[in-house]
Amino acid sequence: MPEIIIREAIAQGLREALDEDDRVFMLGEDIGAYDGAYAVTRGFLKQYGPDRIRDTPISESVIVGAAVGAALAGLRPIVEIMTINFTLLAIDQIVNHAAKLRYMSNGQFTVPMMMRTVTGGGGQLAATHSQSFEGWYASVPGLKVLTPSTPYDALGLLRASRKDLNPIVFAEHSMLYGTRGEVPEEYFEVPLGKAVVRRPGKDVTIIGYSRMAHIAEEAGNRLAEKGVDAEVIDLRSLRPLDTETLIESVKKTNRAVVVEEAWKFGGFSGEIASAIQEEAFDYLDGPVVRVNGLDVPAPYNGTLEAATIPTAQRVLDTIEEKFGI
Amino acid sequence: MELAVDIDKNQVADYYRQMLMIRRFEEAAGRLYLQGLVRGFLHLYIGEEAVAVGAIPVLDVQDYVITHYRDHGHALARGVDPKAVMAELCGKATGTSGGKGGSMHIFDVDRHFMGGHAIVGGQLPIATGLALSIKQRGGDGAVMCFFGDGAVNEGEFHESLNLASLWKLPVIFFLENNLYGMGSHVDKTHAAGRDIYASAEYYKIPAVQIDGMDLLAVHEASAEALKKVRSGDGPVFLEAMTYRFRGHSMADPVAYRETSEVEEWRVNDPIERFKSFSLAEGLMSEDELAQIDREVIETIEEVVEFAKNSPEPELDSLWDNVYA
Repeated sequence: MPEIIIREAIAQGLREALDEDDRVFMLGEDIGAYDGAYAVTRGFLKQYGPDRIRDTPISESVIVGAAVGAALAGLRPIVEIMTINFTLLAIDQIVNHAAKLRYMSNGQFTVPMMMRTVTGGGGQLAATHSQSFEGWYASVPGLKVLTPSTPYDALGLLRASRKDLNPIVFAEHSMLYGTRGEVPEEYFEVPLGKAVVRRPGKDVTIIGYSRMAHIAEEAGNRLAEKGVDAEVIDLRSLRPLDTETLIESVKKTNRAVVVEEAWKFGGFSGEIASAIQEEAFDYLDGPVVRVNGLDVPAPYNGTLEAATIPTAQRVLDTIEEKFGI
Repeated sequence: MELAVDIDKNQVADYYRQMLMIRRFEEAAGRLYLQGLVRGFLHLYIGEEAVAVGAIPVLDVQDYVITHYRDHGHALARGVDPKAVMAELCGKATGTSGGKGGSMHIFDVDRHFMGGHAIVGGQLPIATGLALSIKQRGGDGAVMCFFGDGAVNEGEFHESLNLASLWKLPVIFFLENNLYGMGSHVDKTHAAGRDIYASAEYYKIPAVQIDGMDLLAVHEASAEALKKVRSGDGPVFLEAMTYRFRGHSMADPVAYRETSEVEEWRVNDPIERFKSFSLAEGLMSEDELAQIDREVIETIEEVVEFAKNSPEPELDSLWDNVYA
């Protein structure tokens, strides 16, 4: 099976959409002549032209709002907002408009648009450029939130998204674009709202998403060296959330750890922990444990920043401390 | 008096009827609010009727209308069923949104009436996108986007004007300047003062200020703007100077303006003005006007009865159109 990196997988998914559906067009800051801030759309402008690859001014609200309007009129816009930090400038359009119009119009309208954006820290970009807000968006009824961590999932989720008539937040992690993985040549999709077990096990369930799915997997592999058999789950979608896979796993392992890059206070990991204790309390040997980004604005200094982001070691230490394994 | 626009007798009767329908509809809505049958926020369009009725009928069916939360007048002028609008105000299952939207969120997909948007300025980016969809498809459609003087101080206003002008999108930015953003006078909120249309010229958008209490002036400017927009040269900006005779919403005690100011504007009542003009020009007779008055009152009675007698939404409908 050929191996590609996530950047190539996303580009492939976008190309398929542009090739197969003339209602699809892209708009965003520097996606054309500049080739994309993270080079996902490299060569797109030349291939598809300026009507379908639309470079915009730095105006996040009208970028997203224009996509909402175009989607209402039956087109299939794909927006790129350079980073999730900048989506805050468009949050009115995302939360008050994109997420609401189908419900508020009693189904007269649908909003088939995707907002791709880049999440996460780790690049020493300091406090305003290193945040993870996908969990915020996942709290909003009316938005679907996808967080791929592999090339396979990125492509599969993009393909499945095209069949969805609802607004989708597609959060790509800035540190994962170069992540390599197998992607079959034959067509496949990854359904929205379906988690995946990365590593089956029986002693403890470690749950992560986006970059933290890799941290969870690394922790699982290192636990195996200690003779602990961890089950590792990658959520892939935050909304809809596949609680079934989580509950099934916890019923087997009786222990759960949630790893998330976002702040612990109000973090999405709290939602996961809550869902598990509500539905599988009697199966738990102890509290659901959360390993989150530290509750500080991301510092610029590399050593300081690294100390804020969960690592496999921190996951191992926490598991040992809380569960004695 | 020379007729500035080509308008025939039937149209005159129709415009008069439409303005009066809005006036009586709004008065009835206000009464239903006081009776507790309409809840939430209710913003009445009384005083501003000449803008919606002068402007919206110039559009074709494929064009789009999008507006702010003071939206009943625009909905009615676009041909949305007044029964369904009133039922929506009453939160009934027969409402335009089955009781899910309320007064501020009226939609009608069949008439390309795209809302009813209650976040100030929020509809401008969406209007820009609707216009972009027309451009992408290569049609000669147009978008008419209404907003108030409060919206011009939002970033979304400037982002939208800039992008629409840059990409030459077919949208008429239609400012209804009623001088107050809620209770704040435009003189205290906008650095450039009352002539807001001038801000559009900065974005290279042709802009005109018109008397929003004069239906014919609105009609003429709208028809002209539409022609320009259809030609593919990009957006046009219209500023209609108008006034709401009632408060911002039914909850507004109107402490921020003098009664004398309201009275001054009432002299300019757009319906009375159009009526006088029609009589003076011999376009309508007293009898014809009285006949329309009676018909409108009857219609509104039916509208109110329909809304009152309509069923509440089923509790199960709570989950309709929930997909995530």
